[in-house]
Amino acid sequence: MIYLDHNATTPLHPQVLEAMATCLREHWGNPSSPHSLGNQARLVMQRARERIAESLGCGPSEVVFCSSGTEADNLALRGVARALRARGDHIVTTAIEHHAVLHTCDALEEEGFRITRVPVDPQGVVDIEALHRSLTDQTILISVMHANNETGVLQPVEEIAGMAARRGIPFHVDAVQTAGRLPFRLRDLGAGLVSLSGHKLYGPRGAAALIVREGTPLQPILTGGSHERGLRAGTENLAGLVGLAKAVELAVQDAAQESRRLEGLRDHLEERLVSAIPGIRLNGAQARRVPNTSNVTFPGVDGESIILGLDLAGICVSTGSACSTGEPEPSHVLREMGLSRRDAQGSLRLSLGRSTRQEDLDLTVQALADTVARLRRITSV
Amino acid sequence: MERETKTEGEPGHGPALPYTKALLEHFVNPRNVGELSEEETDGFGLVGDPGCGDQMKLWISVSDERIQKIAFKSFGCPGAIATSSALTTLAEGRTLGEARRITDDDVIQLLGGIPEHKRHCSLLGVRALQAALEDREKRLQQKATRP
Repeated sequence: MIYLDHNATTPLHPQVLEAMATCLREHWGNPSSPHSLGNQARLVMQRARERIAESLGCGPSEVVFCSSGTEADNLALRGVARALRARGDHIVTTAIEHHAVLHTCDALEEEGFRITRVPVDPQGVVDIEALHRSLTDQTILISVMHANNETGVLQPVEEIAGMAARRGIPFHVDAVQTAGRLPFRLRDLGAGLVSLSGHKLYGPRGAAALIVREGTPLQPILTGGSHERGLRAGTENLAGLVGLAKAVELAVQDAAQESRRLEGLRDHLEERLVSAIPGIRLNGAQARRVPNTSNVTFPGVDGESIILGLDLAGICVSTGSACSTGEPEPSHVLREMGLSRRDAQGSLRLSLGRSTRQEDLDLTVQALADTVARLRRITSV
Repeated sequence: MERETKTEGEPGHGPALPYTKALLEHFVNPRNVGELSEEETDGFGLVGDPGCGDQMKLWISVSDERIQKIAFKSFGCPGAIATSSALTTLAEGRTLGEARRITDDDVIQLLGGIPEHKRHCSLLGVRALQAALEDREKRLQQKATRP
């Protein structure tokens, strides 16, 4: 099987599995317990926290463990909104965020907050001028993803961070698609809040973190014990967090080299695709992107049919967001970039990862060319 | 007995895909794909599914009150392609009366079932066929009223 859907999830790194198995077998105590077993678990957790902090470039106490990228996004948005309700009611985000952010903003809107969803240009980059213009003295939070999950297009978060800092507005970055994939230090991002998730970087599901920089106002959204400095109640998923720490460490060690390798492979894939299949379009390819992602429109054919054609040939790819499978609405991200509904429906995301070799991509191009040619003979548009 | 080594849900094996063998077969080898020429065409139907963006074109050639030839083209998901193809096999060679009575359930039955969220796809072919049959009526009336 050829797996080209690494933006949806990634397989566990063997060393991550090993670290988790050891933890589950030996360090099963509750880190909050007052005895030696609990103390041991607490030390293991502290070490995991330090490893993540060291790998990403933040303080250990700034790492707030939680269960998923979605929860991290929820904590960031709802937590700041709640903390700063008295100061203002306006939140700025982009129209191409993951549903974890967009739908949370919808919910906050129903609670009475005003939301600005800043549009993107045809390459999928947020309109930074429009974002700047939208800021008011009522703005209490800006939330912008580091890289889009469907196109891989990087957003100008450093610039936005500067803008936010000058006005004293907390800034949240959903870095689920970039943490451990791009060689960057958290402090260079300049964001007060950063979401990351284990299973996008060869770690486990159910383990994620919101990085909360010192001084960022935040209220918890779960009430209970005083875990995670009172910001996230609930007995910690220790094995998951150990796995997350190992995964972050391994990913960050490799990030520079692996991102160069993937960029070369992605460019090879796109060159081959363009020459093998007439009429296709690469979405966001003129913009800066994460190196592993390619989003391609095949006009006149349906993405789901291409996916099945490839699946039958043993190749796993996806349309945009895995969350929307079963939803007939085509990608909101591509629609925001100006693609027609039908072109959005005829688009695929290929996301490369550690297991990807050039031969896999050559086989994929061949299978895609065959499938698309077959579907083009059938198509009515 | 030989042990079954493939587990349910394993990629590349039936249970991993939400489609029946029959549906996959129609998706991979759709029947009656293409268009009929102007001269051959007695009825033409074009329908779209506004809910999901799928579209189907269907041509019929009729003589002796029977559908002698049928051809289709579809833009859409695997469900739309497979049900379009299955519909044409159900309609081919049928009398016009029989063709009018074909339902989406007949199409689904021929395919051995379809995932619940794809049920609406199976209507595409049936609606295209009804549209082509109506178009034939219209053409006949136009011919009859022509001097």
